[in-house]
Amino acid sequence: MLNDWLYVGLFFVVAAALPGIAIFLAGVLGPKKPNSLKNSIYECGIETVGETWVQFKAQYYIFALVFLIFDVETVFLFPWAVAFNILPLFAVLEGVLFILILLGGLIYAWRKGALEWV
Amino acid sequence: METTIWTDPIRVIADWLTQLLVGWGLPAGLVFFIINLLGVAVLATGAMLFVLFLIWYERKIVGRIQDRLGPNRIGPFGIFQSIADMLKIFTKEYITPLGADKVPYNLAPIMAVGGVLLIWAVIPFADRVYGVDLNVGVLYIIAVGAIGTLAIIMAGWSSNNKYALLGAFRSVALLISYEVPMVMALLVPVILSGSLGMNDIVRSQAIWYLFVAPIPALIFFLTSMAEVGRSPFDLIEAESEIVSGFNIEYSGLKFGMFYVAEFLHAFTISLLFATLFMGGWRGPGAEQFPLLGLIYFVIKTFFVYFVVILFRGSLPRFRTDQMMDLNWKILTPLALVSIMVIAVVEKALAGSSLVVRSASLLLANLVVALVALQFLRSSGKSQRELAESAGAQVVDTVSTREHTSI
Repeated sequence: MLNDWLYVGLFFVVAAALPGIAIFLAGVLGPKKPNSLKNSIYECGIETVGETWVQFKAQYYIFALVFLIFDVETVFLFPWAVAFNILPLFAVLEGVLFILILLGGLIYAWRKGALEWV
Repeated sequence: METTIWTDPIRVIADWLTQLLVGWGLPAGLVFFIINLLGVAVLATGAMLFVLFLIWYERKIVGRIQDRLGPNRIGPFGIFQSIADMLKIFTKEYITPLGADKVPYNLAPIMAVGGVLLIWAVIPFADRVYGVDLNVGVLYIIAVGAIGTLAIIMAGWSSNNKYALLGAFRSVALLISYEVPMVMALLVPVILSGSLGMNDIVRSQAIWYLFVAPIPALIFFLTSMAEVGRSPFDLIEAESEIVSGFNIEYSGLKFGMFYVAEFLHAFTISLLFATLFMGGWRGPGAEQFPLLGLIYFVIKTFFVYFVVILFRGSLPRFRTDQMMDLNWKILTPLALVSIMVIAVVEKALAGSSLVVRSASLLLANLVVALVALQFLRSSGKSQRELAESAGAQVVDTVSTREHTSI
């Protein structure tokens, strides 16, 4: 069990190191001649106007909230799914009830217009 | 049964290396660490180098779809084209835009590749041939899969470019939304096999889950295509709208890493689909000879990958609102309903034989699919009628020269 996580931990290190080393090597091999014109920001041939980090649509927040609700709720479903074979019918129906409540929430968000992209 | 290189290759090689290293006088703990590190390095490096082949394969097929030859100059059938490209990109200059946030800017390409590579750790390539058989494999895939999304957001946010930021916004909305039905579709193999371990899921597929539960399989396929962010879901890097989006300010191998990540991710979702829904390495004789299982697995994976490329080569890009509608108004409710139906049918028939259960599940899935299609057809019809009446109103207004708001 612990050995499994040692492997995963090593995989994290190697998965970060492989592209990291490649990018570093390419940086060593490649030319380095920066100038201010070359480093300017690409925006269709005109100079950039104002701050880059602009305000963004409130719509994104609404989708983020809906996502948060559903993602957390589905995490609750995983233990139920793993234990499915040993659950009695009653517990399975409880899970179905839980999903029905989720579906109700989705329909509520739908009717409220939270899922419209305007 | 005797253990030989043909029945359990990983164990035999690991034992041989352990004996060799212990023979050199190294402590057992260190030897164990070294062997794990070697396994990780071989798997991860193999995956990275495999991308060179994938790029060639995909360019060749997309070329055929578009009635071109594809790469055909370097080596037989142009197979060394990607190696030449790699050599070229290694000698390119990095251009860092003025005002970029250096740390996330440089970390993003590493995380994009790393997040995809990490999925390979839990994929069972054959019986007894896998990196690691985590007992929470499916959850691990979901957790690690989010790293790629984070990398895209970081790249777009730190580039100090409005196009890149727009791409990051889109990716936040789209990738995050598509995670919901994907996670729900992943629940179904877990329910049917009763385990989160990838190898257990493969072992339990006497009948492929693709035939037992086609709707979750389809949902998983579509949503993971969207997670990869390629055509028809490529609006996070739409060239014609936001000049390639989040990766616009990247150059040289930093851009190359995003490219590698995309191709590797596209292949990885094929691996996952083949593992979770097409029986992974299962096939005649695969239990005794893992190499045979590996061959079955590769064939299945490349079939799925071919379908992914066909999608990429033939479908136009969705609009943002269409993407959102597809996700929240079709895939998510469909996933919820199909989980409920599958759970109830599976439990109600718990005592009956495998064939009866699978056939009933398939039937239930088909019924759900028919109802959903009927529902879509009627709602599409009413929407069309609405649009037509609105259009008629426009004509009306123009003809009478009345300026009313519509």
